[in-house]
Amino acid sequence: MKLGFSAADEAFRQECADWLNAEMAGEFRDIKGITKLTASPERRKEWEQRLGEAKWGCIGWPEQWGGRNATLAQQVIFAEEYARAGVPGRVNHIGIELAGPTILAFGSEEQKRRFLPDIAAGKTIFCQGFSEPGAGSDLASVRTKGRLENGEWVVNGQKIWTSLAHISDWIFVVTRTEEGSKGPKGLTFLMMEIDQPGIEIRGIKQINGDAEFNETFFTDARCPADSMIGAVGDGWKIAMGLLAFERGVSTLGQQMAFRNELDELIAAAKANGAANNPLIRQRLAKAEIGLRLMRYGALRMLSNSDHSKIDGAALTYKIQWATWRRNLGELAMDVLGQAGEVAEGSEYEWDTLPNLFLYSRADTIYGGTNQIQRNLIAERGLGLPREPRGDV
Amino acid sequence: MEFVFTEEQAMIGETARAFFAENATSERTRKAMAADGIDRDLWTAFCQELGLSGIGIPENAGGAGLGLVELAIIAEAAGAQVAALPMLGSLVLSAQAIAAGGSAEQQAGHLPGLLSGEVVAGYVHDAGITADGSGLTGSAGFVAHGGSAQLFVVTSNTGAWLVPADAPGVTVTPLTTMDQTRPYARVTLAGAPGEPLADPAAAIAAAHRAGFVAVAAEALGGAQAALDRTVAYARERVQFGRPIGSFQAYKHRLADLMIEIEQARSAVYWAACAVDEGSDEAALAVHAAKSFAADTFFLCAGNMIQLHGGIGFTWEHDAHLYFKRARAIQSMLGNGEWHREQVATMILGEAA
Repeated sequence: MKLGFSAADEAFRQECADWLNAEMAGEFRDIKGITKLTASPERRKEWEQRLGEAKWGCIGWPEQWGGRNATLAQQVIFAEEYARAGVPGRVNHIGIELAGPTILAFGSEEQKRRFLPDIAAGKTIFCQGFSEPGAGSDLASVRTKGRLENGEWVVNGQKIWTSLAHISDWIFVVTRTEEGSKGPKGLTFLMMEIDQPGIEIRGIKQINGDAEFNETFFTDARCPADSMIGAVGDGWKIAMGLLAFERGVSTLGQQMAFRNELDELIAAAKANGAANNPLIRQRLAKAEIGLRLMRYGALRMLSNSDHSKIDGAALTYKIQWATWRRNLGELAMDVLGQAGEVAEGSEYEWDTLPNLFLYSRADTIYGGTNQIQRNLIAERGLGLPREPRGDV
Repeated sequence: MEFVFTEEQAMIGETARAFFAENATSERTRKAMAADGIDRDLWTAFCQELGLSGIGIPENAGGAGLGLVELAIIAEAAGAQVAALPMLGSLVLSAQAIAAGGSAEQQAGHLPGLLSGEVVAGYVHDAGITADGSGLTGSAGFVAHGGSAQLFVVTSNTGAWLVPADAPGVTVTPLTTMDQTRPYARVTLAGAPGEPLADPAAAIAAAHRAGFVAVAAEALGGAQAALDRTVAYARERVQFGRPIGSFQAYKHRLADLMIEIEQARSAVYWAACAVDEGSDEAALAVHAAKSFAADTFFLCAGNMIQLHGGIGFTWEHDAHLYFKRARAIQSMLGNGEWHREQVATMILGEAA
């Protein structure tokens, strides 16, 4: 058991920090410190490409596909330095964290050649089409249909909560390709180009006034016959594999963003005197402890190479961070008081902390609600029997 | 960076878990509870046959070397069985104080007896203990296994002394204690002779650091055991024609316990590792670990009773052993609020 990093790793840390800080002080200084995922999309696509040119786009990937074959420690370090330098979140996070790893694991050689270098280079932005109005927590009840017709897939239906679809180039979609199938059987993963007449995207305005999520409508939308990942009918297996990728190294970068939020809250509490209130002090200490434990939980999960056993740290990670962040948002409003309930200017736009309070309500819902997480933990982690199910 | 156990650490864990599961049985623990809270045969076997008692004590002080990570592994295993042993007072607090702050003679004179289990030491700490020409004066109310100790390591915030339990001026009053696996005694010093430890600051710091980590590890073991036993019950107990563990109202509570335990596990081994590596984070980590793991244990033990229903409220069932141990750990060596205030001071500065 060892927490410290080697001298070579620390040198790598310096290299990362130097490059990132130089970029954020130079050509890309206008996007430094942006926290909202929807802000300055064009400039952030350019930033994705800048990362790609310098081979910082997907450092954990094999060199063959535009990565650096970086070690786990190096990936951890890059993620930490990335957030420390105030670099905004990756607009292609679905591409680099979900689509890319899925193609790496399940895609054909041809698909790897076609997509991976472009994702790593920041040239292809992906979004995901999983949820539907009738398939939220119960993802297996997907109804969007795909059928093969004259050597093409033809897709009809509707997806929802397609984050950043409005600025993406490609979408990977779970479709029901076997007529009459139910539940997890008969599902297939398709990759589709978004810019086509059969796909329409409408933004969904959220409780913070922003619109990061979308509804995506498919009306005879098309893609070539070889657009599926894996085989026809493998959709569920791949979707489950995807959820595992979601708990990768990127979680550490996400934590550094949380670090920035907590630091901003600590500064606010010191500035307005809330830091003298013993109850607030207790809650800030709990938040600090919770964040540190998140880091060490992630390091345990990433260090664990024995995948034969259930990894408790990995299984509990989603609900842990989501709940931590929601609590932080509530604490932020207790620290700010009514000053947190008014915005400067006439637009319904919120600074980091009030926005955190509103946005964090989504954290405990997307990617598996807290209730679904508890089912997964109880059934997979603790081996408890399933609740009897209704007809699918 | 490799935050998993080495092979050696995994082996120590397996050995310790097997030892306590086989020997620290409910029946034996209850016999000890009816006496002075020490299973003597278990203590002798642990110290002399298993050979793990010197772990966390440097080799040049007569210990087995290794560090707090290994000590935490052992404390976790002992905590899982709520073993009735004077490990905390004798091996952790007192032995660490002597190893870190004692002279070579003090180490040679006292550590072999503690590590062999032949001598039980109690750790007496109170800020108000004073020393003058006539000896040590003051008292401490809650000395773990103090009624069974032959030797006391006495500390104030600045001084540290060795005091034989049978020295003149020392009064030991065993107290009826809620957690009978670790009964307290009141120790009063009225001009008692104290032999100063060579480096009191080092002794106090080492004892408290190791104490925080060890009770946190013990709490982790207890919390996991409370969850495991409740899960086993949830799978076999049938009501309304179904195992009760299939009801979401029940299973979600168990899931919540697992979420806390996983964090407590990160906390304990982060803190142990940070101390062993001399990391800057160690000071914060030990407070995080103690407060978080203690609260987790209490949450799990309380739920263990609730989720067992009526049987969980009986003396016969072991749930109350966990529940009482958890409560004791929450209060000892600084309660959760105190530890969190230490963290708050590190991140916010002193309150105005």
